[in-house]
Amino acid sequence: MSTFWSIWISVIVLGTVFGCWWLLYATRKGQTTDTETDRTTGHSFDGIEELDNPLPKWWFYLFVASCVFALGYLALYPGLGNYKGLLDWSQESQWQTEQQLAEARYGEIYARYGDTSVEELYTNREAMQIGQRLFANNCSVCHGSAGRGNIGFPNLTDDAWLYGGDPDSILSTLHNGRAGAMPAMGTMPNMTPDQVDEVVNYVLAYSGRAEDPEAAKAGEQVYMQACAACHGQDGKGNQGIGAPNLTDDAWLYGSTYEWIKETVVNGRQNMMPAQSDRLSEDQIQILAAYVYSLSR
Amino acid sequence: MKHDIIEKNIGLMIVLIILTISGGFLAEVVPLFFSKEVNEPVEGLEPLSAVELEGRDIYIREGCHVCHTQQIRPFRSETERYGHYSVAGEFVYDRPFLWGSKRTGPDLARVGGRYSDAWQRQHLYDPRSLVPESNMPAFPWLFENKVDHTKTENKLRTLQTLGVPYTDEQIAGAAEKVEGKFEIEALVAYLQQLGTVISEKR
Repeated sequence: MSTFWSIWISVIVLGTVFGCWWLLYATRKGQTTDTETDRTTGHSFDGIEELDNPLPKWWFYLFVASCVFALGYLALYPGLGNYKGLLDWSQESQWQTEQQLAEARYGEIYARYGDTSVEELYTNREAMQIGQRLFANNCSVCHGSAGRGNIGFPNLTDDAWLYGGDPDSILSTLHNGRAGAMPAMGTMPNMTPDQVDEVVNYVLAYSGRAEDPEAAKAGEQVYMQACAACHGQDGKGNQGIGAPNLTDDAWLYGSTYEWIKETVVNGRQNMMPAQSDRLSEDQIQILAAYVYSLSR
Repeated sequence: MKHDIIEKNIGLMIVLIILTISGGFLAEVVPLFFSKEVNEPVEGLEPLSAVELEGRDIYIREGCHVCHTQQIRPFRSETERYGHYSVAGEFVYDRPFLWGSKRTGPDLARVGGRYSDAWQRQHLYDPRSLVPESNMPAFPWLFENKVDHTKTENKLRTLQTLGVPYTDEQIAGAAEKVEGKFEIEALVAYLQQLGTVISEKR
């Protein structure tokens, strides 16, 4: 702030405080008595008259006290332009202090767990309690408070993993996020509606649910051309690229004929945001252990 | 001063009242008009794209700011949850600003990139399908209505007049960028950029 505005603010603020002070004493001067009387101001309307009594003393001194308080406040805290105040308080410094206190209190705990391996951490009760809170604050909005997921958001409590459920894969997912993309019609953009029906039946057949066994049989050829590159010739998926296993009973987007058809026809885009910009290394280590513990 | 002099001269009374109530404005607000900290954008801040700007108008139309603030205060409890506290330079292109004053839902100042687009769409279509405890209303019509592109150019031009650095090419191409988009696309685009200029770790 420039010196001009600093002076501008100081003059107005102090002027207001002293102005109030002056007004208090100036109006008091006009009073002829400082005790209650029956004297009126002489105004009369509809028979209602206005008494001319002085301000009660306690009230008057309360006003004086608020002026004194204001001056004391302005001496301690920043209120007069560039003047920082005797306490040197600022919003930022208050936040810094809060951060330092928290760091002193929790830093050591986080550091200790941050250096512990995921396999060891997930058996540690205290670490898992911290992990549960971190999960509730940062993950539960998509994955659910119990980690059971939702349509489009993976269930973390089962043993079906899109990108792998070992500690390193979980850590990598948390740090860098994941982006999943299935193109519409897989790698066979010119798939006909009949072929879609066939390949959906073929996929259903993996779990013994084909609605039309004939179509399922015909679907094998379509599958090999459109889907096998990512989901594998055996339908078991590929964790390297996050292609789901189609033979188990875990379904990211619903397992019925209609859902699978929707997936085949329109493809799917999905992503998990990277957490390394939001959480510290130590927090991510604890979270990884918590996620690891969910499926144990 | 005799108060009957003031009471009997309405002109004098008006002048004195204005003097009295303008003190706060003159000391607290006027200097900000000339303060660099408040008027200069933070490094890397870009004006909203045409689609994001239309999304912002949908945000206003649906009253999102009534339940969501866009202002992270410098308290640890807030920066732990939402990220770096908000700074004035992030809002210099916001007209009007959408800081809000009441949090029925969480603060959205740094919601950009926090969830996937798919999450935002699903959550706006049916909040309780994702967060069973939520009391947020659903906004299914955003998925049916197209953004009105006929006024987009004028909106950008108005903002340009007010000092937002849109180029003439951006204004000329604005309607085209917006045409045919569903309202949900514009709103999600707006949400996904919120607060992303400052990405410092908390």
